[in-house]
Amino acid sequence: MSTPKRVRLRIDADKCQGHNRCKAILPEMIELDAYGNAQPKGDGIVPEALLEKAYLAKSNCPEFAVEIIEE
Amino acid sequence: MADGATPPKARPPVQDWATDWDHFDPAWRNDPFEIWQQLRRRNCPVASTERYMGAHVPVTYDAVKAISYDTKHFSSRRVVVRNSRIDPPQPAPPITSDPPSHKPLKQILLPPFTPDEMAKLEPKVRAICNDLIDGFIKDGSCDAAQHYARHIPVRAIALMLGVPKQDGDKFIRWIHEILELGVHDDEVSMRAGSEMREYITAQFMARKQYPTDDLITRVMHSQFMGKPIPDELAVGMILLLLIAGIDTTWSAIGASLWHLAKTPSDRDRLVVDPSLMPTAIEEFLRAYAPVTMAREVVEDTEVAGCPMKKGHMVLLSFPAANRDPAMFPDADKVLIDRKENRHAAFGLGIHRCVGSNLARMEMTVAIEEWLKRIPKFSLSGDTIWSEGTVRGPRQLPIGFG
Repeated sequence: MSTPKRVRLRIDADKCQGHNRCKAILPEMIELDAYGNAQPKGDGIVPEALLEKAYLAKSNCPEFAVEIIEE
Repeated sequence: MADGATPPKARPPVQDWATDWDHFDPAWRNDPFEIWQQLRRRNCPVASTERYMGAHVPVTYDAVKAISYDTKHFSSRRVVVRNSRIDPPQPAPPITSDPPSHKPLKQILLPPFTPDEMAKLEPKVRAICNDLIDGFIKDGSCDAAQHYARHIPVRAIALMLGVPKQDGDKFIRWIHEILELGVHDDEVSMRAGSEMREYITAQFMARKQYPTDDLITRVMHSQFMGKPIPDELAVGMILLLLIAGIDTTWSAIGASLWHLAKTPSDRDRLVVDPSLMPTAIEEFLRAYAPVTMAREVVEDTEVAGCPMKKGHMVLLSFPAANRDPAMFPDADKVLIDRKENRHAAFGLGIHRCVGSNLARMEMTVAIEEWLKRIPKFSLSGDTIWSEGTVRGPRQLPIGFG
């Protein structure tokens, strides 16, 4: 068995253009500012149950702004 | 045709799509996908034409993205590829703005279009859709472009702006004159533009006397660079919302219904499993992206080795980017459960469509309500597509049952 990794969601604020695709896919972990730009809620650590959605949030971002970091 | 109007000048048919392309050619209008695919087989992913005083069209995702991100060589001051260049270009900010003024202008429009704001509008759009369906469901058939798709975005934007929905036909005429007829006829384009500005200015005047709680009032009273926004910019912004918010979503709703009418397996799948709706809507946006934009080359440059000269225009074809097999596996297949879909239907970079959340909500609600009430339907005649800048069905005869 491999050691369980901690997975963190990050959004590059310079790349985000507010398409809101991540917000639609992963509302549990994404918050928007007044202009619709996305940021992860809290520390961005992705719980096991949301892993699949987190990877989908990443692979649907048109600006490649969503990153998943395996720590 | 109105009395005294002259028929549009016949344009010679395209001989070679790589060196003589024309997005108003009937072949492009009916099936642009095959043309883009053919152009992608060349070394240079950018086709050129001497029409439109010199213009280019990139057909790969990478080339479209590179131009979208490069605001130094490519200006947004002109956003429609036209036969001539009208000087000075008429501002419709922020779509016609470049950095550094783009961002503060866009920030005026972004807050009213967030997903939370759209959620508040959604029940009203649902009511609009059902009201329209009530009007034709007993007939057993309808023109889904003219009797359904066309009215949804007009009524929604009229609600947001605070203008009468009865003015919708006027908005649609102006858009047709600016984006279709006016591309080859300056007079038609300029007249439609000034009629729109007069209309919006009259709305401003009325609100100066009696302020209302709507988007026009909000934009009128916004700040730009620490000062009240100049009227010319505020009028241009409302003009943008009217032009960009209507035939685009009309096209997207129509194309989605066209797909479902000719693909009963997808139609039935969505009826049985509405949880597929989000991926289906994104896939319709990818495969049938209605909107192209334009840029003006302001410094000589090259994209993917293809030279571009100052003064030429670029047709920024997000629809072609969305069909690039290098970016999307099975790019020409419509897969309503496509899981990974970074489509560019709403643009890429700083000019991402300000109304994308509105468009998505309208499409979702329009398809959901249609499928609830008309779960079985098919094409019952010829579909006629718009030409040029925005692509979608303008006649879409559909029979129910």
